[in-house]
Amino acid sequence: MKENRQKKRGFHRKKQSWDDMLYSTICGVFLIGLVIIVFYPLWFVLVASVSNPLYVNRGDFLLFPKGFNMLGYEKVFHTKKIWSGYANTLLYTVCGTALGTVVTVMAGYAFSRKDLPGRGLLMKAFIFTMYFSGGMIPLYMTVKNLGLINNRLVLIVMGVVSTYNIIVVRSFMESNIPDELLDAATIDGCGNGRFFTRIVVPLSRAVVSVIVLYIAVEHWNSYFPAMLYMTDEKKYPLQLVLREILMSSQTAINNAEFLDAQSAAEMQNVAQVMKYALIVVSTAPIICVYPFIQKYFTKGVMIGSVKG
Amino acid sequence: MNKITKTSAQKEAQRKKTLRLMKKNWLLYAFIAPAFLYLILFHYVPIYGVQIAFRNYTFAKGITGSPWVGLKWFERFFSVPRFWNIVGNTLKISLYDIIVGFPLPIILAVILNQVKNARWKKFAQTITYMPHFITVVVLVSMMQLFFSPGNGIVNTVIQALGGEGGIYFMGREKYFIHMFVWSGIWKNMGWGSIIYLAALSGVDPSLHESAMIDGANQLKRVWYIDLPSIAPTITIMLVLRCGSILGVGYEKAFLMQNDLNIVSSEIISTYVYKQGIISQQYGYSAAIGLFNNVINFTVLLLANKVTQKLKGSTLW
Repeated sequence: MKENRQKKRGFHRKKQSWDDMLYSTICGVFLIGLVIIVFYPLWFVLVASVSNPLYVNRGDFLLFPKGFNMLGYEKVFHTKKIWSGYANTLLYTVCGTALGTVVTVMAGYAFSRKDLPGRGLLMKAFIFTMYFSGGMIPLYMTVKNLGLINNRLVLIVMGVVSTYNIIVVRSFMESNIPDELLDAATIDGCGNGRFFTRIVVPLSRAVVSVIVLYIAVEHWNSYFPAMLYMTDEKKYPLQLVLREILMSSQTAINNAEFLDAQSAAEMQNVAQVMKYALIVVSTAPIICVYPFIQKYFTKGVMIGSVKG
Repeated sequence: MNKITKTSAQKEAQRKKTLRLMKKNWLLYAFIAPAFLYLILFHYVPIYGVQIAFRNYTFAKGITGSPWVGLKWFERFFSVPRFWNIVGNTLKISLYDIIVGFPLPIILAVILNQVKNARWKKFAQTITYMPHFITVVVLVSMMQLFFSPGNGIVNTVIQALGGEGGIYFMGREKYFIHMFVWSGIWKNMGWGSIIYLAALSGVDPSLHESAMIDGANQLKRVWYIDLPSIAPTITIMLVLRCGSILGVGYEKAFLMQNDLNIVSSEIISTYVYKQGIISQQYGYSAAIGLFNNVINFTVLLLANKVTQKLKGSTLW
């Protein structure tokens, strides 16, 4: 088998003509260039966050940290707003993900059952929401009428159910839970509820983790709903705090904590580095975890693509 | 006569069977209920509430109590001096994004698919997927830092290459569209390639082998084997993309806006936000939102119809 493959490869190499070589060279250069273009900005943020503010403010081209120091991080760690934002985001993400996963997996399973009368019609009602919505203002008014403005609940619940996720679950279960399994379980006197908790859920770990990740990332990253529905700064999620700090040019100067300790000029100096540090602190959790869970993400996209 | 009674008897049996199934599977309806409730609350109630686009809404009178005003709000929007500016911006950004942003993930997928070194392939995938997880807030602030006229790295590089430097990329009208579209490509290109990569992995290798024996070079094999094989995926993605022709990512546009670039950065959805939430003109902004959604939905249906005629594949 192995020999055969090697033979084939040798055959392939011999056959490679100049146009193929040109083609693969162009592709290789393209891919290397792309990887650099994508990676360098991320690397630069990391490098700048631990560099001396002097060089960063001068706009130096950095490949490695220059004048290593942690001033930016110190500042980030002393800004209370950031930590309350972190705590809020954590709360919204954990609760929203738990709720969303349960609701999505249950609905997805029900839709995967071919012996459910009316599932086609119901599915149409679900799919319609993917392509048409009332828009931002009617949704805002609905939330307002429900009395959910400035209520933490709205940031937990908003975006919890998405038809796309339900379709992903449905497609997975349709092809991974054989009908015979249900028949056998029914004969043994196992009802729908027991079948779901004892057999379907354990067999669907892969898709459940995909859904958990999708909803969690969505919650972690969302800022617009918070901007619409939250008025109390204490309830702001991290992304909104980030927007406030990162988008302002004055940054920490408004922050009374620092005004006593250091002079305003110095602070202006650190402000830039602090922004880089803040980007690292807010993005690191998800970027660090992501390579390990990448396969689940891609799996999710693939399951979803089978039947959109 | 006999025939009719027979069919009605069949129908009766069918109905009984359905009822029995419904009774037996009542729990499954309960499984769908929470998700359905969510959709009712946060999708269908707002769709019902969209009628304020045709009413003179006041908070005291409520949605159904406010008087009808017909198409007043739509007329007002169409006669706003900035109407063509806003709609034009939205369309320009969207078309630019489709023309440049749509083919790139396909190209990337085709190239990744041919990489023979598994480690390098994995590495390239990991890196190019990464920006997908960067939030828009962070993305835009990174752009502000990198493209700053005073000490941004981009201007430093331009100066090093002999250029003038000091260009205020984020504050110039003419740069906005490029900044917007290319930052989106940077963020989403890798992630967008996954779906095509998945489709490519389903291509029968024997097709390539026999084409190779026939002397087809790599480019020809991409053109005649790879691309036709993933054509259905490409079509569906394009139809979906067309369905949001006016749905430019407002979260990012909103963050990238400033007083200097507003002429080219104001798009329909950011305008809706400002008119609705900030100026609290609910009826007016709901009408603009509805206008936007109806156009999107119509384009989606049209695109779907066209592909259905051409290829026989459909969204539903």
